[in-house]
Amino acid sequence: MPTATFAGHDVEVNDEGFFVDPGEWTEEMAPEIARAAGIDALSDRHWVVVHFMRAEYAAKGTGPTVRVLGKASGVPVKELYQLFPKGPAKLAAKIAGIPKPRGCI
Amino acid sequence: MGNEPIEKVSIIISRGSLDGIYPGLIMANGARAEGIEANLFFTFFGLDAVHRKRHEHIKIATVGNPGLHLATWLGGVPGMSAVLTHMMERQMDKLDIPSIPEFIEMIADTGAGLYGCQASVDMFGLTRDDLIEQVAGIITVGEFYEMAAGGQIIFT
Repeated sequence: MPTATFAGHDVEVNDEGFFVDPGEWTEEMAPEIARAAGIDALSDRHWVVVHFMRAEYAAKGTGPTVRVLGKASGVPVKELYQLFPKGPAKLAAKIAGIPKPRGCI
Repeated sequence: MGNEPIEKVSIIISRGSLDGIYPGLIMANGARAEGIEANLFFTFFGLDAVHRKRHEHIKIATVGNPGLHLATWLGGVPGMSAVLTHMMERQMDKLDIPSIPEFIEMIADTGAGLYGCQASVDMFGLTRDDLIEQVAGIITVGEFYEMAAGGQIIFT
């Protein structure tokens, strides 16, 4: 498994750059992960989504899909794609240090 | 070629049954979720998916559909299509799969482009106003190919 360094800490990530152990994640790492994924600065709205990802993962053991994000995070689908153009659920999961959400819808 | 990631897909939806429409919608929505650019082109009976009055009434094809494992004569019984459609919609609702109108609205919100086929619109005697507002335009097959350039084309 490759490692990456965020906020001065070495963490284990998979081939796609997702955290292997979500427990290693801290909020200080998020801006650096975001920059590496092409998002220069995290706004309050980005954080709403990132916190929602963490909460969903903690509750269900898996990250939400875009449809769930659109319905339950308080950020509508259109805005989700403005915040995370390269795939909201996928990118927000990476920034939130959780595995890539699976799900077809 | 190698394993370069797909960056763009153009998906053609040509059939007007429930089972003819959903796969293309799922492919388009899934592409956007992966950050892949997606365009949807509705042609022939597939236009019903974006028809203002019809898209809420899309049914499963119960005749000539061996996948249902239903005797052919039974598939033709009046009301069979409505009953099976209702059953499937309930199952989809349980799995949180959106209805066709809701799904199409969501797909438009993801930034995917929705287009109607000019030849089909002409053939069915439709106008722009018969189609839902999310349809970005009615285009010719040539324009479709121009739009699809550099990506993959998926026919459903």
